[in-house]
Amino acid sequence: MIDYATLRVIWWAILGVLLIGFAIMDGMDLGVAILHPFVAKNDTQRRVSINTIAPVWEGNQVWFILGGGAAFAAWPLLYSVSFSGFYLAMLLVLLGLILRPVSITFRGKLLSLGWRRSWDWLFFISGLFPSLLFGVAFGNLLLGAPFHLTQAMQGYYEGGLIGLLHPFALLCGLVSVAMMIMQGGAWLGYKCDGDVSLRARFIAAVAALILILLFSLAGLCVASTIDGYRLVYEPDTSGPSNPLFKVVISETGAWLANYQNYKWSIAAPCLAFAGALLAAVLLSRRASKLALFSSSLSVAGVVATAGFSMFPFLMPSSTHPNHSLTIWDSSSSAQTLGIMLVAVVFFLPIILAYTSWVYHVLRGPVTERAIEQGEDYFY
Amino acid sequence: MTDFDVVTLSRMQFGLTALYHFIFVPLTLGLALLLAIMESVFVMTGRTVWRDAVKFWGTLFGINFVMGVATGVTMEFQFGTNWAYYAHYVGDIFGVPLAIEGLMAFFLEATFVGLFFFGWRRLTRVQHLVVTWLVALGSNFSALWILVANAWMSNPIGAQFNPVTMRMELTSFKEVLFNPVAQSKFVHTVSAGYVTGAMFVMSISAYYLLKGKFQDIARRSLTVAASFGLASALSVVVLGDESGYTAGENQKMKIAAIEAMWETEPPPASFTLFGIPDVASQSTKYQVTIPWVLGLIATRSYDRPVDGIKDLVHDAEQRINNGLPGYRWLSANGGTENAIVPSQLNSSLKDVGYALLLKHIRPDIENSSQNEIHQAALLTIPDVPVLFWSFRIMVALGFYFIGLFGLTFYFSCKRKLDKPLLLRFLMYSLPLPWIAAELGWIVAEFGRQPWIIDGIMPTFVGVSNVAASNVIASLTAFLLFYTALAAVDLMLMIKYVRIGPYEAHE
Repeated sequence: MIDYATLRVIWWAILGVLLIGFAIMDGMDLGVAILHPFVAKNDTQRRVSINTIAPVWEGNQVWFILGGGAAFAAWPLLYSVSFSGFYLAMLLVLLGLILRPVSITFRGKLLSLGWRRSWDWLFFISGLFPSLLFGVAFGNLLLGAPFHLTQAMQGYYEGGLIGLLHPFALLCGLVSVAMMIMQGGAWLGYKCDGDVSLRARFIAAVAALILILLFSLAGLCVASTIDGYRLVYEPDTSGPSNPLFKVVISETGAWLANYQNYKWSIAAPCLAFAGALLAAVLLSRRASKLALFSSSLSVAGVVATAGFSMFPFLMPSSTHPNHSLTIWDSSSSAQTLGIMLVAVVFFLPIILAYTSWVYHVLRGPVTERAIEQGEDYFY
Repeated sequence: MTDFDVVTLSRMQFGLTALYHFIFVPLTLGLALLLAIMESVFVMTGRTVWRDAVKFWGTLFGINFVMGVATGVTMEFQFGTNWAYYAHYVGDIFGVPLAIEGLMAFFLEATFVGLFFFGWRRLTRVQHLVVTWLVALGSNFSALWILVANAWMSNPIGAQFNPVTMRMELTSFKEVLFNPVAQSKFVHTVSAGYVTGAMFVMSISAYYLLKGKFQDIARRSLTVAASFGLASALSVVVLGDESGYTAGENQKMKIAAIEAMWETEPPPASFTLFGIPDVASQSTKYQVTIPWVLGLIATRSYDRPVDGIKDLVHDAEQRINNGLPGYRWLSANGGTENAIVPSQLNSSLKDVGYALLLKHIRPDIENSSQNEIHQAALLTIPDVPVLFWSFRIMVALGFYFIGLFGLTFYFSCKRKLDKPLLLRFLMYSLPLPWIAAELGWIVAEFGRQPWIIDGIMPTFVGVSNVAASNVIASLTAFLLFYTALAAVDLMLMIKYVRIGPYEAHE
């Protein structure tokens, strides 16, 4: 059997993989939603844009649902404290996640132009808000959130929605929006042709460059102005899941310590930069499939950078640093982590296999001509 | 300790969003399977009218499916946003089926549903048929895991309290998975979904036959749905009886409250067909009873008694008293690094959940008087009239479905479906399966109150420490947003039913 400490590291990695899966797959949908009103100018083009993701959005969104489910099952305290702490932000994310599928499905159901235009803008909002808020949430995780726990593990959060809007958190929000635009634009560039593809590729290339800029800026903040967190004693990596038995201090630059201790982890930010740069170059040269691949690598790099910087922290507390949630003291029991690992090892390859098959079946561009002939397209 | 307004608001929000989500789920379950059956007929016979039928019902399925998916996320979120202490307390167990649901079921259903709509020309007939079956299979697996999680709240087995981490932890995944409550709940719930799907297809087909439109598709759909619906309606009632048995084993208070049975009767207990439960006097007036029936359903025997509410309250009082020493010990030692339960407190610790009921009455529960303990024990009685009536209406509807579907099945076998009266009945019965399904959910969830986890955690303890204003904001947002979506959804459904099969795909 695998020991408790290793299971915790594995589950930290699985959570990361699911979040990366979400950011890559659902990032395409979120990006398309944001770009939709700007790259597609008439109804046919907007149907092109919608129909690139219409057959796949459901599967893409499950990455998020599963990320939530995995957090609930493997990191119950993280789930409990973050969802209730970020209450109103979560509500806005949720409304966005409901609005987006509904816009995709309902838009094409009536011919009225007013109906379709309304859904176009609702679709845009449903992409922008979650993208921004996911970034803001990650920013607040890096900053630490104002919460404490009682001995009975009741979590109390001492901040509101406005408190989330720290300048650094907003910067992270913009990183996230730029990332989603790059990813969505790369997808549109690959998945359709003509004007929509051209405009999408241009905007995505610009977004990739902006991402590089904002991501560097966020890195500078982490190095110079933002306090990171550090465990004072060696943690008991197989200890009970109770976050109250440790001492934590916050200090500027602590989020960079892992890159000193584990040199290989520098690969994550490098991947973020290199992927975005390559995507920008490729997008301007029409090599669309590779551009989407590079963009996806960059997205993975950005998410992994946040994870590597914080390891072993999941959610630090800014007001009571000792109550911070780390992977060593906020996990489920070894029994649960073990059973869930078996389920993941069994099902994840199957999921990847059938998802690839579905994308393979749906291969080929969505063209304006095909939309006008109307045979293959439903929305 | 806890603001009770937040509790009420959070319960209202969860209840409303769950009932709303459950408008779409049963139809998805039933219609997915009907689509798969009709498409199988198409592939086997090669007659394109069946494909046209699948495409038509598929359009309506799509409008419904997206609402089910979209509103399902709300349910997952709320465990974290509104029931944070619950999420911490049982995430180790409750999170597992939810996560496996994502891995095994939801991914399957969501990935293939796109191909169902967009794959008609990209796939061979057999490939497309497989896709449709996978969607149906995925949605049914999804229901299975959700109900495994839900059943654990009613019958929390395979878990143990850990005083160091201050939560319940998994001891046996097998027990959680093969929870007897989960099995009967699963079959009962998916069968109710099949009834809903069947009624949906039958009502709309009946409408077309009455109008003299789209006869070829309507007639065939009606025939398939009638046989499928009849089998499902029989299964709902039989498995409902099985649920009654497992509930009788595990949730005595729920059964007693459904029956408004205040006193324990000499076995075998009688079933109350009708009566007016009066909570104030703890009695049921104008009772019409059938001897023996309840005893047989709930205990599968004629010599074991079914406990009445008053006796169960008395039991609860004892358990509160028994739980207090455990609570006292836990307040002092729980959540410390080396907390080990002294062996003489093992039994008391199992009843700490009962002691927590006192928190509804006073925060310093160690100082409760015997009278306050009695008051707390009375809290274990769920809302008797709501359960009594919800249950009876649900059961009556179940038998009505068997009758209606049986008749339809009979006439469709005889190829004499041109009976306007029968067709009208079918058409106007459209809302009834939803009413039955929602009432079933109310019986299950209201019947578990005051517990969020039966006997372990009172509902008001599980709530998040958030400001009431936040919950008011979210509840208002849901009310507005969901109402608008419901209006749009209904409008689209009606429009596409009016258009009918042949022009549905522009």
